[in-house]
Amino acid sequence: MSAAAQDTAVHTAVRTGRLARAAIYAGLLVFAVYYLLPLYVMVVNSVKPLDEIRSGDMLALPRAFTIAPWLSAWSTAQIGVEPTGLVPYFWNTIRMVVPAVVISTLMGALNGYVLTKWRFRGDTVLFGCLLFACFIPFQIVLIPMASVLGFLNLAGTTAGLVLVHVVYGLGFTTLFFRNYYDAFPTELVKAAQIDGAGFFRIFWRILLPSSGPIIVVTVIWQFTNVWNDFLFGVSFSDYDSMPMTVALNNLVSSSTGVKEYNVHFAGAILAALPTLVVYVVSGRYFVRGLMAGAVKG
Amino acid sequence: MAFLEIARLHKDYGPVEVLRDIDLSIEEGGFLVLVGPSGCGKSTLLYTIAGLESVTRGEVRIDGRTVNDLPPSKRDIAMVFQSYALYPSMNVAENMGFGMEMRGVPKAERRRAVAEVAKTLQIEHLLERRPAQLSGGQRQRVAMGRALVRNPRLFLFDEPLSNLDAKLRIEMRTEIKRLHQSLGTTIVYVTHDQIEAMTLATRIAVLKDGVLQQFGTPAEIYADPANLFVADFMGSPPMNLIPAAVRADGPSPSLLVERAGSEPAALPAGVKGLDAYVGRETILGIRPEAITEVPADGAANGSTVVDCRIEVVEPAGADTYVITHLGGREVVARTSPDCGVRAGETRPLAFRMDKAVFFDPATHDRIRG
Ligand SMILES: Nc1ncnc2c1ncn2[C@@H]1O[C@H](COP(=O)(O)OP(=O)(O)OP(=O)(O)O)[C@@H](O)[C@H]1O
Ligand SMILES: [Mg+2]
Repeated sequence: MSAAAQDTAVHTAVRTGRLARAAIYAGLLVFAVYYLLPLYVMVVNSVKPLDEIRSGDMLALPRAFTIAPWLSAWSTAQIGVEPTGLVPYFWNTIRMVVPAVVISTLMGALNGYVLTKWRFRGDTVLFGCLLFACFIPFQIVLIPMASVLGFLNLAGTTAGLVLVHVVYGLGFTTLFFRNYYDAFPTELVKAAQIDGAGFFRIFWRILLPSSGPIIVVTVIWQFTNVWNDFLFGVSFSDYDSMPMTVALNNLVSSSTGVKEYNVHFAGAILAALPTLVVYVVSGRYFVRGLMAGAVKG
Repeated sequence: MAFLEIARLHKDYGPVEVLRDIDLSIEEGGFLVLVGPSGCGKSTLLYTIAGLESVTRGEVRIDGRTVNDLPPSKRDIAMVFQSYALYPSMNVAENMGFGMEMRGVPKAERRRAVAEVAKTLQIEHLLERRPAQLSGGQRQRVAMGRALVRNPRLFLFDEPLSNLDAKLRIEMRTEIKRLHQSLGTTIVYVTHDQIEAMTLATRIAVLKDGVLQQFGTPAEIYADPANLFVADFMGSPPMNLIPAAVRADGPSPSLLVERAGSEPAALPAGVKGLDAYVGRETILGIRPEAITEVPADGAANGSTVVDCRIEVVEPAGADTYVITHLGGREVVARTSPDCGVRAGETRPLAFRMDKAVFFDPATHDRIRG
């Protein structure tokens, strides 16, 4: 009898365990759907002909599949007054993002290196100031930045935008690298000094090769921020330097006559795609870097 | 002439005085051990010798030349760090060759030098590995190898054995001593392990709170400590430090020491300086090996026999330590293992008072005669 009771008890335990698990998965599923629904709507409607969107319901799968909206958004749609599609602005953004990310990451790494391994009088105050830069809202710097760009003769250029993003990102990249290098053993720097390595050699040969994880974190952060930026782009760019986010806005707002929702959806996905790719590709390295660090210790 | 000289060296970190007026020197080929408790400034002193920290005042001279303003790489030194400080992104061979690479030594020559040192240290099979793939003992060897490969005029070791387990530590200690004997290079070695200090050093400098307490040969430090701190710090088991009353007793004063469960014991005080302490307290310092059982043929010259209640008996193989209480302190005596002493009995113990030393209880300074 007691054995039988035990048996039922085990069964009950197993059953409640399963129930709890099912509940958890159901909950997770609800959240996943909730977050993925907008993306689903965008993807589905970007491959439908326009009349199908207007007549039917937004959640339905396309009846007549077409990639025409994508092609149009990429290369022929009306942006402002020009029927160029997003492609020139895509290249504008690339020309802005790559240098901005590389420069701000490298400078952040150098700052972190100096602030932790070559301490000097007032370094904490300086770091405090840099940290403060992280909390300054975009809007506050717009007008002073405009006059600085004018003064430097960089107004409306890609170089000017790069400068803006480097300056604005430096607080964050410095913070990331300072915290990372703070835990980096100072004895390694001392050993390299005895070995005869100088300031930059120690940086290149000793610190940077061990900075993989934090470089990935910083690059993801900077890339998404700079790529997604709209305010600086709309404030400081000309036609020649206008980034994709601003062009997307023009695409959506400048369509005369009918609103081509399918093209808008396709354009929005195109504009967001690179950040997604960066997450998927380097996110894996990011995790791998963290794991390597964990196992090493 | 001294090879390494440190003269009136002073180091502050802002308002904190870390080293105060240190004077030290070591002859060429000597083995100087800096010993002291954690935080007393040993590493800082080593870093100033290396040039990794600037000095606030004073001078560091290597081979007669003041090196205060010379960068570390120009001082012809090599250093082994407490954490080994192996470059994590380089393999063992690259780690060992990095210094030569920085000095522009051609690759072939680097490889040959590394191979040679790797052979003496028996780490040839590890050359391709990264530091993360090595055991603690192997990392220690590689760190030694990186220093050896430079072939410097001065080695600086910062607690190189403190991260190893006890057995490996003793092995490596012997190996370092052997290495020193065969190379003949001057070594400055930091440790907080007084046994390491005693076994390795030709000269010991005892530091406490940034002040040099005593500087001398291991024998001097052991037998003739300058103050209570040195007496207590060096030696294992440590020196017995027993409060005693000094009283006038004929021509020279004698000592009265409290005993558990019986009358205070009287001991002779053979030191002139104690005259000034009559009617006051002193601290009697006597090493465990100077308190023994009374031999069958009577106590040796200079011994005083005192009956002591034996509380604990600790056989340690070659010796048996017995513990009693005197002057309210635990007192350890070293007896031979076959004297048959038992816990709980009262035994006469022979105190070699000619080996005893005395300290002022207030200043902790040695009282000399
Ligand atoms: N950069 C620094 N700024 C301020 N104080 C410091 C600094 N470096 C060391 N100190 C202080 O100097 C004192 C001596 O430090 P040091 O590292 O030389 O001690 P140590 O004798 O090597 O100790 P351990 O045996 O623990 O290694 C300590 O009290 C420490 O707090
Ligand atoms: Mg130290």
